[in-house]
Amino acid sequence: MSEEFNDNKTIHAQSSETISGGGSSAAPDIDYVRPAEVEEQDLYHGHSFITKWVFCQDAKVIGVQYFLLATFTGIVGLILSWLMRLQLGFPGAAGFMTAEHYYQFVTMHGMIMVVYFLTALFLGGFGNYLIPLMVGARDMVFPYLNMVSFWMFFIAVGVLMASFFVPGGPTGAGWTLYPPQTILEGTPGSGAGILLMCGSLILFVAGFTMGGLNYLITILQARTRGMTLMRMPLTVWGIFTATVLAMLAFPALLVGALMMSLDKVLGTSFFMPTILKAGEVLEYGGGSPILFQHLFWFFGHPEVYIVALPAFGIVSDLISVHSRKNIFGYRMMVWAIVGIGALSFFVWAHHMYVSGMNPWFGFFFATTTLIIAVPTAMKVYNWILTLWRGNIRMNTVMLWCLGFIVTFVNGGITGIFLGNVSVDVPLSDTYFVIAHFHMVMGIAPLMVIMGAVYHWFPLVAGRFLDEKLGKWHFWTTFLGAYSIYFPMHYLGFIGVPRRYFEMYDSPYMTSAVGMNEFISLAAFLVGAAQFILIYNIIKTLKTGKRAGSNPWKACSLEWLTPSVPPEHGNWGDRLPVVHRWCYDYSVPGAKEDFITQTTPPSEVQNTGVEKT
Amino acid sequence: MHPGIIFFLVILGSVLFHIFTPWYWTDVASNWGGMDDTITLTFWIGGGVFIAVCLFMVYCVFKFSYKEERRAEYKPEDKKLEKILTWATTIGVVALLAPGLVIWNNYVNVPKNAIEVDVMAWQWGWQYRLPGKDGKLGTTQIVNINDDNPFGINSDDPYGKDDVMIQSDVLNLQNDKPVKILLRSVDVLHNWYVPQFRAKMDAVPGIVTYYWFEPNKVGEYEVLCVEYCGVGHYAMRGGVIVQDEKDYKNWLGQQETYADLIAKQENKEINKKQLAKKTD
Repeated sequence: MSEEFNDNKTIHAQSSETISGGGSSAAPDIDYVRPAEVEEQDLYHGHSFITKWVFCQDAKVIGVQYFLLATFTGIVGLILSWLMRLQLGFPGAAGFMTAEHYYQFVTMHGMIMVVYFLTALFLGGFGNYLIPLMVGARDMVFPYLNMVSFWMFFIAVGVLMASFFVPGGPTGAGWTLYPPQTILEGTPGSGAGILLMCGSLILFVAGFTMGGLNYLITILQARTRGMTLMRMPLTVWGIFTATVLAMLAFPALLVGALMMSLDKVLGTSFFMPTILKAGEVLEYGGGSPILFQHLFWFFGHPEVYIVALPAFGIVSDLISVHSRKNIFGYRMMVWAIVGIGALSFFVWAHHMYVSGMNPWFGFFFATTTLIIAVPTAMKVYNWILTLWRGNIRMNTVMLWCLGFIVTFVNGGITGIFLGNVSVDVPLSDTYFVIAHFHMVMGIAPLMVIMGAVYHWFPLVAGRFLDEKLGKWHFWTTFLGAYSIYFPMHYLGFIGVPRRYFEMYDSPYMTSAVGMNEFISLAAFLVGAAQFILIYNIIKTLKTGKRAGSNPWKACSLEWLTPSVPPEHGNWGDRLPVVHRWCYDYSVPGAKEDFITQTTPPSEVQNTGVEKT
Repeated sequence: MHPGIIFFLVILGSVLFHIFTPWYWTDVASNWGGMDDTITLTFWIGGGVFIAVCLFMVYCVFKFSYKEERRAEYKPEDKKLEKILTWATTIGVVALLAPGLVIWNNYVNVPKNAIEVDVMAWQWGWQYRLPGKDGKLGTTQIVNINDDNPFGINSDDPYGKDDVMIQSDVLNLQNDKPVKILLRSVDVLHNWYVPQFRAKMDAVPGIVTYYWFEPNKVGEYEVLCVEYCGVGHYAMRGGVIVQDEKDYKNWLGQQETYADLIAKQENKEINKKQLAKKTD
């Protein structure tokens, strides 16, 4: 692969020399792209409704399927959050709400949002739809496996939802599922609930591995002619790196879930020490609860970046397109994504500073954690430097991007509080943590998802989403979510602990009653605002303005398909040939303010394109 | 209204909220004021970055709004600028990390003169044990725990006999005297936390964990369990009373030791036997 990369480099060097030399005699050479090395992929074309839309092997349809199912689970998670906020803001208002239910809702909300909503949406949804289009492939390299991947996810969601209906209900152990309480009486859903949760996670990981292998191999092996790695959109880089992380991190979750199931079913003691419960010593002994925490967070921290890196990539592309300017410092952005991904495997125990692990680990993990802040900050600088001297379209897509920058910077900085080991001591397990991670890996990635929906909907459906509804959607979501989570940090400063069903009358809790009510009201509003999008989509599918080809005047390949929306196989008769990176916006000397990736150098001579 | 104005108001609102918030931390009542200072430092540096980045963004949004006739600048990268920003960020990060690590070093190194307190947690409550005159806690085992031995002290451990047992969820501590909290749990994870002391650590079944602090304000404080421990988690509270030396000694004198308890049990046995004999 590196050989291929080097080859291409020399080709660019040639072409750019020719451009700067302004010579026209070498015209046939500057458009040279190496011929294809492998034959084109044979695709399975479905003919019946079932093979076309249900058990479908087209990555685009699979992407939409992932998107819809993830959105469905997301709505379940949203409703659970409403019920939680109802209890916290107005205790006793919902008569059926017991402590058991509350903890079950907390747990399911967390697990659903992190794994079944965000991860599935970014990688399964956007990954499937965008990777083949953006790298110029006809489909994923293993379409059948890709289909199985989605249906495994479907079964995993089914098993997860089934746990609501078993005796004892779903697990209420908190989304971190810490043993020993997870599988002991005294925690809701410690019987069937936790086993279904473990089973569902195992299915999810298995299904995701099938999809993930597809994403990786498609990106590495199925790029079209001229599409070097360093010409790929950052969206693809983000999804690529996140998938590598997922491949390495999910196995830790898988074994954790398996070992916990064994502890529960067979009475092994992987995570179970000697325990005295209700006056009796249980038949466990010698296990380590902290071992599970290490396994969980070895998955759990990279998981944060599995969600964040695709968001970083996508938002970079959105900002670039709508600022009519190349992303600033592309190479730095790529290395930052890769660097953050690599570092994310060395910081997991910053979730465990006060877990009882050897406290000397704190020095190491605080240092690695704060080192991650550097490449992350570079990404933020480059986003705002992309806006600098751009030509910024203030449309809904850009609003979501700006909302992302504000919430991400806010959440990133509170991350520095929590990563800095001794500052974490008073703040851990309080509402400060809740506020931090919702801001940085809940709201910020959600802003990107929404931006991406408004941006790519014209490609997927061929019509624009309504801008006016979009702006209402944005402002309610952004202002509402910000007023939920910004004040919530201060609850954490007071010392209000997380995972409390009821605050009682501690002096530093009664003072926060008003704020809790306010936060709950804001949460109801923000949740409701999401239905604006659903209405917008339904309305626009029928009556929306037609988008036509490349409506945003973007450079990247996904907009350059012969038909919009793209058909199965994406590219019609001939695969596209790539001559440049996907960020040639506002090139001096060019007629338009963008040069598509497929435009050969000979068509845009006398422009000041830099070597890419 | 231009969207930039709303973004600006959000930033302004955040700053004003921070300045005028009625919700802020409780007064620190231990030696860990340094944690508060590091938080304040992080607020200054982090808050400064947040404001700078967001205001720059708002400025760009105003200044470079779309105009048909204008072209954006074409400048793929700027190595020098990127280098400056990288180093500036690194310096900022080091400035935050260094004091954090210094305090952590204090946190993990317990002073020699700290009094050890055995904090025993279960679903859902606390009880405490203090060393007796020998200054050492006796060793314990979960399997020993029963009504006659609520802490599970090993009966053959000579250090255990004079241990002071406090079978209440309220612990008294002497002001200005460092304590080393030794945490253990008989069932699931717990965490013994007093917000005013700032410090905390999980209690993990199977091992003994620790942390230390030095209370420095006389008063009564509420103890919260802050590691989720099952359905009664939110109700798992306790208390700490910090007293000056005289009051503390007075209180300590009234507490029962393990030896007292054993003696009481034996008396009970003897009485029982005598009673049995009499009725015969």
